[in-house]
Amino acid sequence: MRDDDVQPSGLTRRRVLGGMGVASLALVSSAATAQETVNLHVPGGPSTRMITTSYPQKARMILQRSSPPWLETPFEVFDKGVFTPNDQHYVSWHWANFPGDIDVDSFRLTVRGQVNQPLSLSLKDILQGLPTFDIAAVNQCAGNSRIYAIPRVAGAQWANGSMSNAIWTGVRLKDVLDRAGVKPGAIQVRFGGLDEPVMPGAPKFLKSLTIDHARDGEVMIAFAMNGEQLPLLNGFPLRLVVPGWCGVYWVKMLNDIEVLDQPDTNYWTATSYRVPDTPHNTVKPGETGFKMVPVTRNLPRSFITNIRDGDSVLVAAPTLARGIAFGGDCGVARVDLSIDGGRTWQPTLLGADQGTYGFRQWQTQFTLSVRGSQTLMVRCTSTKNEAQPNFRIWNPAGYLFNTIETTRVVAA
Amino acid sequence: MLRAAFPMPAVLGLVLLLHPGQAATITALKSPKLDVPTSDAMFPAGAGSDAINNNCLACHAADHVLNQPSLSREAWQEVVNKMITAYRAPISPDDAKAIVDYLVRTKGTS
Repeated sequence: MRDDDVQPSGLTRRRVLGGMGVASLALVSSAATAQETVNLHVPGGPSTRMITTSYPQKARMILQRSSPPWLETPFEVFDKGVFTPNDQHYVSWHWANFPGDIDVDSFRLTVRGQVNQPLSLSLKDILQGLPTFDIAAVNQCAGNSRIYAIPRVAGAQWANGSMSNAIWTGVRLKDVLDRAGVKPGAIQVRFGGLDEPVMPGAPKFLKSLTIDHARDGEVMIAFAMNGEQLPLLNGFPLRLVVPGWCGVYWVKMLNDIEVLDQPDTNYWTATSYRVPDTPHNTVKPGETGFKMVPVTRNLPRSFITNIRDGDSVLVAAPTLARGIAFGGDCGVARVDLSIDGGRTWQPTLLGADQGTYGFRQWQTQFTLSVRGSQTLMVRCTSTKNEAQPNFRIWNPAGYLFNTIETTRVVAA
Repeated sequence: MLRAAFPMPAVLGLVLLLHPGQAATITALKSPKLDVPTSDAMFPAGAGSDAINNNCLACHAADHVLNQPSLSREAWQEVVNKMITAYRAPISPDDAKAIVDYLVRTKGTS
């Protein structure tokens, strides 16, 4: 397949809502309108993706998969600030079978299993009956940047935009568990949402946390992001927020919490989302004999957002570099820039700290003194003194990539 | 110390663009009734396209596959096996072979 091949989207509406105005929404056809595309510049391709505005409550998004939706945040959004607008917060679903209409009056969140008092909580119970709090946190897919794996691997071909930051508002999972009363002997808590598998017998999407993690006071049952109710595609009405951990744990349309006294053996917890248990989760292609462990926490990352690969930069003139960083499961201690391919590093100025688990802006000036191709690199060091590695992370499923990013520029 | 030791032109202070997230004060939610797009796009016609259309599009759109990189026969076989064993796709052995052949031909290692 040619690198520039673009498949027609053929997007249609999967439901006709009787009597609803939305049923008259125009069908989308790439043949009918000039289709905007984005080039992800990946060796071997396919690099071209369509930009879509067809998804509800979503503005311009990179269409990685029509259904179940994989919608990537366009990278230029990250240059505009540390909080990702809700209408460009990335979207990822495992199963296509989830509702588009949810009745807030009849919705219930169940808490069951190893508890003294099983609960069936209404949204009113949650929004008005428990203390609320806010937390800024990056939601990042474990497979963010998978498209840049060398060699390439199967899976969602995310560029760098399956990550988004928001201020989440909700209640503490701990408070909900305390209300139910966790029995002695509980070891894990399992979370499920309204999404269901398409095929009979296929594994429903479920994820579990240890009981101690679930009760750490930071894990949230969120009902709002950036001051608004959650967009449907980001998990309306409730989603789990697990600050510092990969997005796969952030169960959307959360309606079931089950306290377990045995290890969760379901596919999504016990089998999938695995990385090698090696330093930096990296192995050589073809290597065998390593143990696999679940993806868990985010790792430090940083990006230049105002200069793109292939840009020209004035030689011998001060140039601004600006971007974002996050520490993973802790804050950002420092971000350094290299203009000589990683031999020397200069500190950058960090922007305001707007939350330990959120994005943090950085900026600095640099001057390229020689004409020609040059490589800019940016490196985040977390408050746990963990720095991004300078070698390429690779594992069979393309998870947890956090190698130092490089941006090639031409000084002219 | 870093900030003090690193004088910046005043203009740079302005480009730390804040797009402040806001805390919620909402106490009730509104029921959405939304249509989520799906796709009726089929795989490009060719030997095995019936098998891949009939077996794969129930769970995911064709662009899921067409956006994948070129992969080896072994890698495509592994993907199809995973769909059958982990995700319970009811694919007959004959169709599974036809699908792998189709994928190798259209998305194989060049």
